[in-house]
Amino acid sequence: MKFSITWLKDHLETEASLQQITDTLNAIGLEVESVEDPAERLAGFTVAEVLTAEKHPDADKLQVLTVNTGEGDPLQVVCGAPNARAGMKGVLGQPGAVVPSNGMQLRKSAIRGVESNGMMCSVRELELGDEHDGIIELPDDAPVGHSFADYHGSSPIIDVAITPNRPDCMGVYGIARDLAAAGLGTLKPIAFPKFDTAGACPVEIRTDDREGCPAFYGRVIKGVKNGPSPDWMQQRLASAGQRPISLLVDLTNYLMLAFGRPAHVYDLAKLSGAIVARRAKEGEQVLALNEKTYTLDASMMVIADDAEVHDIAGIMGGENSGVSDETTDVLLEIAYFDPASIGVTGRKLGLASDARTRFERGVDPDFLEGGLDLLTGLIVELAGGEASQAVYAGSPPSEAKVVTFDTGLTARLGGVDVPADEQRRILESLGFVVSDDWQVTCPLRRHDIEGPADLVEEIVRIHGLDKVESVPLPRVEGVARPTATPQQIMERKLRRAAAASGLDEAITWSFLPEAEATHFTEGNITPWALANPISEDMKVMRPSLLPGLLIAAKRNADRGAASTLLFELGRRYFRAQDGMSDERATLGVVLAGEKVQRGWASGKAASFDAFDAKAVAQQLLGHAGAPVDKLMVMGEAGEQFHPGQSATLRLGPKKVLARFGMLHPATLKVFDLDGPVAAIELFLDAIPAKKAVVGFARPEFTPPALQAVTRDFAFLVPEELSAETLLKAVRGSDKVNITAARVFDLFTGQGVPEGKKSIAIEVTLQPQEKSFKDADLKAIADAIVAGAAKQGAELRG
Amino acid sequence: MTDLTPQKEAALAAIAAADTLEALDVERVAALGKKGWVSLALKTLGGMSPEERQEAAPAIQAMRADIAAAIEEKKGALETAALEAQLANETIDLTLPAPDQPKGSVHPVSQVMDELAEIFADLGFAVATGPEIEDDWHNFTALNMDESHPARAMHDTFYFPDSAPDGGQSASSSGAVGQKRMLLRTHTSPVQIRSMKKQGAPIRIIAPGRVYRSDSDATHTPMFHQVEGLVIDRDIHLGHLKWTLETFFKAFFEREDITLRLRPSYFPFTEPSVEVDVGYSNEGGRRVVGGHGDDEGHDWMELGGSGMVNARVIEMVDLDPNEWQGFAFGLGIDRIAMLKYGMNDLRAFFDGDPRWLKHYGFSPFDQPTLSAGVGARP
Repeated sequence: MKFSITWLKDHLETEASLQQITDTLNAIGLEVESVEDPAERLAGFTVAEVLTAEKHPDADKLQVLTVNTGEGDPLQVVCGAPNARAGMKGVLGQPGAVVPSNGMQLRKSAIRGVESNGMMCSVRELELGDEHDGIIELPDDAPVGHSFADYHGSSPIIDVAITPNRPDCMGVYGIARDLAAAGLGTLKPIAFPKFDTAGACPVEIRTDDREGCPAFYGRVIKGVKNGPSPDWMQQRLASAGQRPISLLVDLTNYLMLAFGRPAHVYDLAKLSGAIVARRAKEGEQVLALNEKTYTLDASMMVIADDAEVHDIAGIMGGENSGVSDETTDVLLEIAYFDPASIGVTGRKLGLASDARTRFERGVDPDFLEGGLDLLTGLIVELAGGEASQAVYAGSPPSEAKVVTFDTGLTARLGGVDVPADEQRRILESLGFVVSDDWQVTCPLRRHDIEGPADLVEEIVRIHGLDKVESVPLPRVEGVARPTATPQQIMERKLRRAAAASGLDEAITWSFLPEAEATHFTEGNITPWALANPISEDMKVMRPSLLPGLLIAAKRNADRGAASTLLFELGRRYFRAQDGMSDERATLGVVLAGEKVQRGWASGKAASFDAFDAKAVAQQLLGHAGAPVDKLMVMGEAGEQFHPGQSATLRLGPKKVLARFGMLHPATLKVFDLDGPVAAIELFLDAIPAKKAVVGFARPEFTPPALQAVTRDFAFLVPEELSAETLLKAVRGSDKVNITAARVFDLFTGQGVPEGKKSIAIEVTLQPQEKSFKDADLKAIADAIVAGAAKQGAELRG
Repeated sequence: MTDLTPQKEAALAAIAAADTLEALDVERVAALGKKGWVSLALKTLGGMSPEERQEAAPAIQAMRADIAAAIEEKKGALETAALEAQLANETIDLTLPAPDQPKGSVHPVSQVMDELAEIFADLGFAVATGPEIEDDWHNFTALNMDESHPARAMHDTFYFPDSAPDGGQSASSSGAVGQKRMLLRTHTSPVQIRSMKKQGAPIRIIAPGRVYRSDSDATHTPMFHQVEGLVIDRDIHLGHLKWTLETFFKAFFEREDITLRLRPSYFPFTEPSVEVDVGYSNEGGRRVVGGHGDDEGHDWMELGGSGMVNARVIEMVDLDPNEWQGFAFGLGIDRIAMLKYGMNDLRAFFDGDPRWLKHYGFSPFDQPTLSAGVGARP
C-alpha cells in the first residue's frame, strides 16, 4: 500500500524525519518495500514564464516560444501545445532533464529547422496525471526559476507491505494510528465535514441475507455535479498509484485508501425499485466495471435492484449503474459483508480488487456510520447536492472480544520484560480498552486478535523486537547424541558413495512433461498430475527418477558434453490405497555418452554398457546395506529398457531392489537422445533394514586354518543357459567345500558346436578340518560335473 | 712343478675382458670346469708326495679361489649392466595422460542439508520428514489457515485435480472433498504437524525438503528447498528463538559477526510472528553475510520467517497450549546455500549441468562434521 508523507501527515501530527518514519514502520511490522521521492524524478524541471509565442515558420501546429527561466537570457523553445501563449507560466524541462513518462533525456535540438532548448511539459509527461491536452498552466504567482518539485510540493511516497492480518492498516489513517502508538507523533481525530439532511431516503435499502451481508447502510444525494476531483485529492490518489477518474469515484477510492473503508456510489437514475443485498440466483449475470461479464452462483452475494444485479457485493460494481459526468443523483452504499463469503466469491470468479482485499480480510465494523457520514460530507462539500437521511439496514457485528491478560506472559512468550504500565499504554494507544484487572477489550477492527499471544505480539512489536535478548536454548548434558534415523544414515552414505564412484549429483524437478512421465509409468498406475501446472513441462509427478536425468542428459548433449554421469537421490510419487501420497526413496543413475574418451592407450572412445550399469547397481546396493551376495539377477527391468540388455536385482523372486541396463531405443527416441545410454534405478524403500546389532558390531574374525585350493572346469552349455544358472548348479553341488565359483572365460566359435557356448569356471574349495586327499578332490569334481550336467552342461575334454 | 702363474694372469685378463655372461662362462669352464686347467692342476696333487703336496696344494687352492672370486665379481658387474640396459630400454613417457578416474560431486543443496543436520544435531534437533504431496489439512488447516483464510491466497498452491473440483485454479469452498484435498506442500511446516502428532512434546526437529509454489522468475523456481525448525517445550520464548537462529547462522556461515534483526510479521501458525533479517555487506557485487545491517556499507536482508507456535496449532495436534509452547522457523535452503557458496542463479541448481555441479558441488569426502567444520575445505 502506497501513500505520500503529506497524506500521512493529514492524520499524524509529527516532526519525525522520513528515515525515522520508515525505520519505525519496519520495526512495528509494516514492512517498507520502497521509498520513492518524486522530487528526484522532477529534477531539472523548473517554473518558467512564456514571454513570446510565434507561429513556427514551417509547421502549422507548432509555436516558437521565448521562455524566461529566471536566470540568464530567455531560451527559445519549440512547443506543440495549443494552450501555449505569451504571459503564461508553466513547467520547463531544460536540456539534461529526464522526462518521467518516457525516460527520455532532453537535448538541445532543431525542430523543423528551428532551435529548441528544452520542453514545456504536460501533466502526463511529468506523470502527475492523465491530462495531455496542453502544457501545465501554473498560477500567476508561481515563482519563475524555482524548482517545480518544490513548488508542486511533491512528497516522498512510501510503499508498505500490509500483512493479511492487518486490514486495519489498509488505510493511511490506520498506519498513522500504529505510528502514533510507537511514539512517532499524535493521531489526529478524523475531520467530518458537516452536512444537512433533507427528508427520508427515497429508495428502499434492505439486506435479505444477514449472513452474507449483516449490514447495508446507504442514503441518496440528489443534485450533485460530477467532474474532476480537487488537486489535493488527485495528488493523494496518485501517490497511492490510483488513477483519478471522477470526483464521485475518486471520493470512494479516497475513503478506502485513507480509512480502509470501501464504498460504492450508484447512479440513482439507473436503478429501479428497492436496492437489496441478497444471494445471486444461479446463473445470474453482471457486467462489471472492468467490462467483463461474470456469471454468478447462488453462494455469491450481490447488490441488486428490481431489474438486475448492480454490484458483486464487496468486490466490484456493475458497469450499468456506475456514475458518469452526467450523473446528478446518487445512492451511497456502505456495507459489511461476511469476509469468508467475499473471499470465496472472489476466488471462484478469479476477480481481485482493492475492495475485495479489504472485505475478505475484515473491515472495521465500527466505521460504517462514520464512513457513510464522511463520504456524504465530502460529496456534499465537493460535488454539492442534498443528502437524504441515512438508511441503516441490518447491523454489523458489535460484540467486542475480551481477552483476560496476564502481563507476565509478555516475558514468558515474548522473552522481554515490559513494565505493566507500558504494556497498558501500548494497548490503549492501539485502541484496546484495558480494565484494572486486565480484561482487555479489543477494538472491533482488530479481527486478528484471538487470545493473549496476540496481545503479547502487539506489546512486543510496539515496544521493540530489538529489545528481545538472545537466551541460549537449554541443552542436554554431555556429547551430542546421534539424531539421524537409519534411513537418513543410509541415504547420506549412498549419496557420497555414488559421488565417490564418479557420478555428479543432480537435483531435477519433481514434475515432468506428460509424455516423458507416461513413458515411465508402469501398468495401470495413474500418476499424480497437477491441475494447475506452471507449464506443460512441469505437470506430472515423476514415477521414476530416470526421466528427469535423461532430460538433463539431453540438455548436456545439446551443450556439447561428451558424457553425462548423473545420479539423483529423491522420491518417486505414487498413490496409496487411501488416496494419500506414497513417496518412495529412490536413487536414479544415468550413464550417457562416452565412458572412455578416445586415448593414446585405449584407442577409440567407448560407451557405457550394461555391465557398467550392473557394477554401479551392485556397488551402490552394497553401500546401502543390501545383501548383494544373495541377490538374484532376473529380467523384467521394464519396457523402457533394452529387452536383452537389462535386468533386475531381486531379493527373492518378488522383491525388486534395483533395475539396470541399457535403455530401449524407443526410450532414447522419447528423450531425443543418441544412444547407447545405461541407466540404473535403486528402490531404496525395498532394501530391508539391517537388524540392530546386539553386542559387538562384528563377529569374531576366524580365518580358515587350511589353505583353499582352486580347480578349473570348462563346460559346453546351450547358448541360452545363463551363467548364473550354471554357477548356481556348481555351487549347489557341494555346499560345504565350495566357497566360491566364478566365470573366468566365455567362448564361442572354433571348436564350440553351433548353439553352444563354452563357460570356464574357477571353483574355490576350502578344506575344513583336514587337507583334501586326491580322492576327496575327485569326488567333489564328479559332483560338480554331475550338478552342471543337470543344466545341460558337459565337461569339455 | 710347472709354474702356473702365467696361466693365472692370462685367465684373470680373459675374465676381465669378457663382455657377456656367455663369454665369462667360457672362461669359467676353461679354468674351473671339470677339464679346466685349474681342475687338472688340482688332480695332479693326488700323484704327489705328501711333502710336495703340502707345498703345492695351498698355492693351487689359492689360485682357484682368486679366479672364482674374479668370475663372481665380473658376473655381478655384467648382470648389473644388463639390468641397467634392460631398464633403460623399458623407459616410457610419463607425461602421457593416465586413464581418467571420473570424479563425482555432491550437490550443494545436499551438502547444505548435511551441514544443517550436523549443526542442529549438536543442539539436540533430529531431522524429520513428511510427504511432499500433502493434504489440505496438514498444509493449511492445521496451521491455522482454514478454508477461507486470506493467507492461503499468498501461497500460489499447486493442486491435484481430482481433489480441486473448481478446476483446480484455487482452493475450493464447497468442501466437497473436505480436508483430503491434495496439493503439493507449499512449505515444510506440515512436517511440524506430523511430527508433533506422532511424537508429542517436548520436541526439537528440523525438517528440510522440497516445497512447491506456482511461481517462476529469475529468483523463484516452482520447486525449491526449505528447512523447518521446531522446538516445543515448557519455557521457550522469543529470546530462545533469536539465540538459536543466531547460533545456527554463526556456525553455518562460519563467522562470529552475525547480527540478526527481528521484525514483526504475520504467519497464521505463529503468534507473535517475526521476520528474521541478517546484516550483510556488498563485496564485489556479492552479498556477504556478516556485520550490522545499519553500519556503513551494510544492509539487512530477509532470511526467513519464524515465531512462537500459535496456541491453535498446538491444540490442533492435541497438545495443551497451557503446558507447551515453543518456536518454529523456516529458511530457504537454496538461498542460504547461495549466500554461503556464492552461486547467483537459482535455476542452475536444477539444471543437471555437470560443469555447474562439479564447480559448485562438493567432494564426497567433504562430509560436514563438527570437529572438522561444516564448511567446504579448500
